Amino acid sequence: MSLMTPEIRPSAIARVNPVAKLAVALLISCALMLSIDWVSAAVALALEAVLLAWCGLSARQFWLRTAPVWIAAPFAVLTTVLYGQDSGAVLFGAGFVSVTEGSVALALAIGLRILAIGIPGIVLLATTDPTDLGDGLAQVLRLPARFVLGALAGLRLVGMFIDDWHSLALARRARGVGDGGGLRSRARRFGGLAFALLVLSVRRGSKLATAMEARGFGSDIPRTWARESVFGLRDGLVVAIGAGIAATAITVAVLAGTWHFVLA
Amino acid sequence: MTGARVTASGWGWRHAGRSRPAVSGLDLDIRPGERVLVLGPSGAGKSTLMHALAGVLGDDEDGDETGELLVDGRRPSASRGRVGLVLQDPDSQVVLARVGDDVAFGCENLAVPRAEIWPRVGQALADVGLDLPLRHPTSALSGGQKQRLALAGVLAMRPGLVLLDEPTANLDPEGVVEVRDAVLRSVEASGATLIVIEHRVAVWQHVVDRVIVLDPAGGILADGPTDLVLSAEGERLAAAGVWIPRFPPAPPERKHPSGTSAAEALLRAEGLSVGRVPFARKRAVAVAGDLDLTLVSGTATAITGPNGTGKSTLALTLAGLLTPAGGHLAATDALAAGLGPAPHRWRSRDLLERIGTVFQDPEHQFLAGTVRNELAIGPRALGLGDAVSAERVDALLHRLRLDHLADANPFTLSGGEKRRLSVATVLATRPRLLVLDEPTFGQDSRTWAELVRLLAELLDDGTAVLAVTHDEQFVAALADARLTLAPGDAIGGVSTGSVSSAGASAGSVSPAGPRRRTGTEPS
Repeated sequence: MSLMTPEIRPSAIARVNPVAKLAVALLISCALMLSIDWVSAAVALALEAVLLAWCGLSARQFWLRTAPVWIAAPFAVLTTVLYGQDSGAVLFGAGFVSVTEGSVALALAIGLRILAIGIPGIVLLATTDPTDLGDGLAQVLRLPARFVLGALAGLRLVGMFIDDWHSLALARRARGVGDGGGLRSRARRFGGLAFALLVLSVRRGSKLATAMEARGFGSDIPRTWARESVFGLRDGLVVAIGAGIAATAITVAVLAGTWHFVLA
Repeated sequence: MTGARVTASGWGWRHAGRSRPAVSGLDLDIRPGERVLVLGPSGAGKSTLMHALAGVLGDDEDGDETGELLVDGRRPSASRGRVGLVLQDPDSQVVLARVGDDVAFGCENLAVPRAEIWPRVGQALADVGLDLPLRHPTSALSGGQKQRLALAGVLAMRPGLVLLDEPTANLDPEGVVEVRDAVLRSVEASGATLIVIEHRVAVWQHVVDRVIVLDPAGGILADGPTDLVLSAEGERLAAAGVWIPRFPPAPPERKHPSGTSAAEALLRAEGLSVGRVPFARKRAVAVAGDLDLTLVSGTATAITGPNGTGKSTLALTLAGLLTPAGGHLAATDALAAGLGPAPHRWRSRDLLERIGTVFQDPEHQFLAGTVRNELAIGPRALGLGDAVSAERVDALLHRLRLDHLADANPFTLSGGEKRRLSVATVLATRPRLLVLDEPTFGQDSRTWAELVRLLAELLDDGTAVLAVTHDEQFVAALADARLTLAPGDAIGGVSTGSVSSAGASAGSVSPAGPRRRTGTEPS
């Protein structure tokens, strides 16, 4: 289990081409960015919840993975309730803080939006191996191989940051400069470590580039792909479902009269 | 596919920004299918030649080329895929996240049809003896396994010329023979030409057809059949730091054999298990367990065993850098000198005069912009004052032949110089226990001899030395006791590592059994 080789439980959604999942996440996000109202976000969230049944995540995994949005959403709600643009009846007021019907509605819309946009993105990550996503981007979307593989190889180096950071910290402890001092020397130590990590990564990156070049990477011959990334009927269906969720959310909000186009 | 032919006429290369060429005036003709060992003192341009042959040396911006270097009559950069290169550093050669994908990477770049790639991948993995599922994460591989993976990735490309730049420097002794034989099997089958750089001549001596010795002053010092070159040039090469079996570096003299009356125990481990805490977890996962060990002043203890058995983790734990995963680890009063018995609880500064650690990769522990400042960090952290610390720094610069580099940036030093500096930084605070992780890895015989002599002096002065090593010569030269970790020792928690005792008995391992103690305690 790591950043680059996540443990993915077999599930209907795990088998879907990553490009299709990416399209769904983008479709829903774009639709929800067009308006700030609680109805469209609530409808999208409800429909997504139905799809979650096929994503194969255990309850524990689901809550762990999505924890960031569950923390972010209430914070956004709270701050918007207290400080958001006021309109309608004043429900509560004290100094800077004023709670109105308008700010409560806005807060609800924003909170639901964070969940409705965040959850599909996180589920996409939790059910997708980065290598498979790279294959999809290069073979299905025809992004340049140099870009996709460079990003994949680079991402692997990011995964090594944690180990490097650990080794560098141990080395500093051994050199007698690993602890002690006040806040300022702590900050300086952190800066020093970060810089050392940067130096190490740049050196390793250039060595990696040489190794890749030595294995024929970056030549002008079109390369083949050992793993085939197929975009089949099922993947098309998944994209259609995503488009359906986005369209339903917008339609219901327009019919309910809450749709509020942000660019208008 | 047959082997590639290599020709050079008056070839040379000067790296951009350097005044001297790395290689110059090189004339060569290597026949298809020949197996060649390239030797030369460090700085003779061996790696530069390999990079040039692989076509990855860069263009005009990266340096100046003179003369001509051709593979099959074409410039190397035009014949990529015909040449496969395995580099020294296993970590920076892994490209993709899964074993199978990584081996397939080169084939994909050469536009090998998909149906043909996977059989090649399976064959290459079998050839190098890497028996793992294709989906196995590459991040979970040990250094030796990564090196085999890199080799498999090159073999799967079916190159006409295989270039190996110290391919076995990072492997355990069994792994060295295994990888070498894998290379030989593979070039035998494909008829590929083979060029190897290796400090340790013994590994390749009897399987190559020809030895070429590069001259640091330019051109070639010697070129011919292996036996002829080694007997004619052996002594001169040995003096220049090349490992020649007939001319081994002289072993150090120990004034006091271990176990003298002044010896006292410094650190005791009982039923110790060691491991690292994985990211975002709370508890360490043990990699080796149930270890009993006592480190005694003036005594050298070697930790040996195959790759991936937790040797480094054990060393870092004994050094007070990692928290023990279980069992007991206690410093005696002689070492703790007023502090508590658990070294991992000591403050960083308190470690300096008690336990010094030399890391496997010297670059990990460099902190300063010049060699002189690097050496002064420890004394300064101890608050020793400018005069005392300058005195210690100067003495160390002189003792480790780093005087002329005092103002150089540590990162720009050669491999041997970096190693000497990393040892010197630790000695600057005079710790009572010295922990070294693979101190002789990748070193030429001169640096090796210096290092061993230095450690022998420290031992005579009463410092305790603990070294993780694959190097049998190092064990034979210094070790008074030896702890061998075996695979699977810990995870089941079944038995302990076997311990051989006393008298630098390299290679002899006493029968394994649970709870054996090293014989290094004064009795």
